[in-house]
Amino acid sequence: MKPAAFRTPEIGDDNGVLRARLHAIWETQPGWRGWLSTVDHKEIGLRYIVTAFVMLALGGIEALVIRLQLAGPDLHLLTPDQYNQFFSTHGMTMIFLYASPILSGFSNYLWPLIFGSRDMAFPRLNAFSYWVYLFAALFLYSGFLIGAGPNDGWFNYVPYSEKDYNPGLNQDFYALGMVLLGISTSVGAANFIVTFFKMRAPGMSINRVPIFAWGTLTASAANLVVVPAVSLAFFLLWLDRQFATDFFRPAGGGQPLLWQHLFWLFGHPWVYAIVLPAMGMVSDGLPVFCRRPLVGYSVVALSTIATMILGFGVWVHHMFATGLPGLSMSFFSGASIVITFPSAVAVFAWLATIWTGRPVVTTAFLFFASMILLFVIGGVSGFMTASVPVDWQLTDTYFVVAHIHYVLIGINVFPVVGAAYFWFPKMTGRMMDERLGRWNFWTMFLGFNLGFLPMHVTGLLGMPRRVYTYSDGMGWDILNLVTSIGSFVFAIGVLLFFINCWKSLRSGPAAGDNPWDGPTLEWAVSSPPPPYNFAVIPTVASRHPLWEDQLEESVARTSIHRGMTLDQAKETIATTPLDALPERIVEMPGDSYAPLLLAIALAVLFVALLLKLTVLVVIALAAVFLALLLWLWPRRELLERREPAHG
Amino acid sequence: MAELALATPRDLPVGPIGRSGLGWWGVATLVASEAALFGYLLFSYYYIGATALPGWLLEPRPKLLPALPNTILLVASSFVAIYGEKGVEKNNRAQALIGLGGAIVMGAIFAAVQGYEWWEKPYQFGTTSYASLYFVTTGIHMAHVFVGLLVLASLFGWAAVDFFSPRRRISVSNGVLYWHFVDVVWLFVFTTYYLTPYLGFAQ
Amino acid sequence: MSATPLDYLSSAGRRADVTLPLTWWVLGVSVAVCVIIAALLWLGIRRARATGGAAETRATPVERPSDGLRWITVGLAISAVPLLATLIWTMAALAQISGPPRRPGLTIDVTGHQWWWEVQYQGAEPSDTFTTANEIHIPVGVPVLVRLRGGDVIHSFWVPKLAGKTDAIPGQNNLAWIQARRPGRYRGQCTEYCGTQHARMGFEVVAEPRDAFERWRTAQLQTAPPPVTPAQARGLALVSFRCGLCHAVRGTDAASHYGPDLTHLMSRRMIAAGMLPNNAGTLAGWTQNPQALKPGTLMPDQHLSGSELADVGAYLETLK
Repeated sequence: MKPAAFRTPEIGDDNGVLRARLHAIWETQPGWRGWLSTVDHKEIGLRYIVTAFVMLALGGIEALVIRLQLAGPDLHLLTPDQYNQFFSTHGMTMIFLYASPILSGFSNYLWPLIFGSRDMAFPRLNAFSYWVYLFAALFLYSGFLIGAGPNDGWFNYVPYSEKDYNPGLNQDFYALGMVLLGISTSVGAANFIVTFFKMRAPGMSINRVPIFAWGTLTASAANLVVVPAVSLAFFLLWLDRQFATDFFRPAGGGQPLLWQHLFWLFGHPWVYAIVLPAMGMVSDGLPVFCRRPLVGYSVVALSTIATMILGFGVWVHHMFATGLPGLSMSFFSGASIVITFPSAVAVFAWLATIWTGRPVVTTAFLFFASMILLFVIGGVSGFMTASVPVDWQLTDTYFVVAHIHYVLIGINVFPVVGAAYFWFPKMTGRMMDERLGRWNFWTMFLGFNLGFLPMHVTGLLGMPRRVYTYSDGMGWDILNLVTSIGSFVFAIGVLLFFINCWKSLRSGPAAGDNPWDGPTLEWAVSSPPPPYNFAVIPTVASRHPLWEDQLEESVARTSIHRGMTLDQAKETIATTPLDALPERIVEMPGDSYAPLLLAIALAVLFVALLLKLTVLVVIALAAVFLALLLWLWPRRELLERREPAHG
Repeated sequence: MAELALATPRDLPVGPIGRSGLGWWGVATLVASEAALFGYLLFSYYYIGATALPGWLLEPRPKLLPALPNTILLVASSFVAIYGEKGVEKNNRAQALIGLGGAIVMGAIFAAVQGYEWWEKPYQFGTTSYASLYFVTTGIHMAHVFVGLLVLASLFGWAAVDFFSPRRRISVSNGVLYWHFVDVVWLFVFTTYYLTPYLGFAQ
Repeated sequence: MSATPLDYLSSAGRRADVTLPLTWWVLGVSVAVCVIIAALLWLGIRRARATGGAAETRATPVERPSDGLRWITVGLAISAVPLLATLIWTMAALAQISGPPRRPGLTIDVTGHQWWWEVQYQGAEPSDTFTTANEIHIPVGVPVLVRLRGGDVIHSFWVPKLAGKTDAIPGQNNLAWIQARRPGRYRGQCTEYCGTQHARMGFEVVAEPRDAFERWRTAQLQTAPPPVTPAQARGLALVSFRCGLCHAVRGTDAASHYGPDLTHLMSRRMIAAGMLPNNAGTLAGWTQNPQALKPGTLMPDQHLSGSELADVGAYLETLK
């Protein structure tokens, strides 16, 4: 029966018959067909998470090789060229192939569940963004595996990345691979933004949205407008290399600093984009283990946005040594000091939540709570570099390496592992092992600090970044050895995490719907959730739907077991941006091969560009157009076409 | 006794109606991203130009023929596309095809004229940074024009086989929105490359 | 030289002098903040009712909580004070050190190359100008203007005991200045990744009293002495013919500026951009086989016979 143009949705109760009907509508086809064509956000989210953790492991192995080479002075484990590819690939892997995709993965999985919705706004776009990420990762790594990996650091300054100094394929792999990856990031960002504003359950007004969603939203809004800067930079670099244009080459009137501006206009907002969602994980997870809502929800939500906005205005602090005018540097120095302010809001909110709550120390709690300290350590080392004269000494030394690892591992990895412990039961239906979790936590925590706390001193003693070796007699020997040992201990901790995931997946105890007695909507569905998420669309009455009886925040109660059934087709509800009033019934696309086909066509296009095979470029472009046509062909079931007249 | 909050909306629209629907938001985010891309391209021009030596402008007084009439043509094509969109809205297939087809023709002429302008230039994209910026910026814009023409052509084809109705026509609105973006962004590119030298930039 | 030649927790020059107290201040504030937050965190967790897993979590009931906002407002208010103080101090320090306090008493041109430093001392006349490499001499107590150029890719000029970093960027003329407070030998290092041997692109700044500096400068202006022994003469022939393809030795036919100027090679304490001490053994090893010592360096292996190498060594020894 085809839907009419206007409809009053049926209100019903959650029951077995309804569930069976919805299950048949929403489930992905079994087998490889379903695997290649699924648009289920949970499936896609899990793929992102698994792939990103594989990247974490690869990047970690690269780091361990680096630390072996640097464990003592004048070692010869790696040649200088190999080392330079290792440290560059390590940076690229961690920052681009792990840190953002892992957060996309958790966001993809969780958002419709925490919003009380049945899927993201654009399910096919979601599938597409994963495939492109996977192909970009393969593209980038194929360079590394043939000895043509990136070799100019992750921020890839010109002129060293120009063909005159870097004639091999290394830079072409990096440049084209990053443009391809940028497509994934951009469409993912678009999906999150529209989902946030249009796909929340009725009643989930904007001040009832979990902080995790605020984190991913601000990151996505930023990514949408800054990823083009880095994609452009890499594209222009590729043009300079392959077509002798003069964007960055001084001989032709180009400017090396143009690269730095374009890169850091992207790069600085990017580093906030890879931590704000993780901070949101802590803001949502920590309160569950403190048995109280987050202190200062509104201030924390606003500070998330403020941090991101200020994050657009500080990029020059990566360029303090480049000879810029003093006035401009003063402005950016001031902005970089001021940005610690909104970041500090979250720290105080978390501390207050612990102090005014009734903390229960679980493994997830340990990761969320320890992150507060690591955040502060990373934050203060950033504060130190915000002061221009001090930065002129600190920049490009191991002090900055210490800073970036405290902020990245402290504000991304630790919350992510905590989030894994927290949401693993929801995703898999099994609990992770708490005892192994303690070993996991302490090994990671002690190993990380053993490795990276001394690095601040190494930097203060002047050890520069990106050096494949160092002489004895500089005073760095013992510090480097300690850092190397700490890194290995940390790696064992990460291994324990993977082991815990694997072991628990196979034989962890059953979890139930709400093992932690959490307050938000994901804990109202089964573990793992059914393909349709919610049998009836919830109507939300407060920020903590499952804690309403205890908290008495509002008179009304969230309705979870009675609501719109929306079971006439694959459909869900779209609501208004601020108040989440029901606005439209949306027909959702079923499984489709179009996202995969388009991703393959793009991957072939980029390989053709890399190898400069003109005919293949043309064929791939045609394939891209055809795949898009297939995808965007107006469909009756999505009501994009004229409906046949009813009798 | 706490009462249950329960949304019981009546007569909700089902699917996209007119130009309202999720797809519009998707194209809006695409436009935002691409607009940012052009923003960075123009930033590159202004950055290099502001710090360049005299003589950087290979054309201190850029020729406004045929670029200015070409610009007017492109902007006009947006209005013609709107005319076509209105045709779909009013269930008038002939108007839809004239409007969409007219926009395609005008866009194609714009592209051809621009191609002719490129051919006429005494410099190539590898000559200097100014040349690189000019060709790559207008080139990236041209790529967007091509995509826009393919979009309009697809809409033309679908409208020709009567896919759309006054109610179900969001693809048309989304496609025409993209075309508007291509035209508006050209105004910024045109102003930067053809007009700012007259205002004294980088002289 | 100190046990930690590249550290900047002690200073010997004016720019570093001004920066150092500010560095200790921000370091002190940072450590204090970390200690306070760690204490608050630790004490907060110690209050925990339970340790365990899901069961313990569920068993701890959720109750209507107290407000807690004061934590945020008080925390922010306290944080604002050191932040504001740092901001003001930063601006003041920046104003003091971005330009030299008075007109420079000496100007030198430093060009970064992969992977060595070209240093040119300008004089009033061309005969007063000379080029050297990797070892910079300056008079104590005099502000020295350093004009930085990128010869190929971006490098960064850093001598921590005297001043912070300034990049040498191709197509751009960056200015730095250094002023040593006391005599000494101060280690420098390139601090912008510049390729394969970025790790081995060091240099030294030698600050000496005025008269010693003038003596050094006068000596550097001299051309190379003619060879005395037959071995030196054979060495000169080899140097002119082969090394002269890249190197200059003023007063001979070797006149290329692609690599470091060798006219007063033996006056320098180190070779290979601060990598090896300058003595007969390392010099021979470097001349014959630079790729083994500094793989990827732009100087190719020489494949000299034993006697050729000895002759070259004999000649180089005269370039004091």
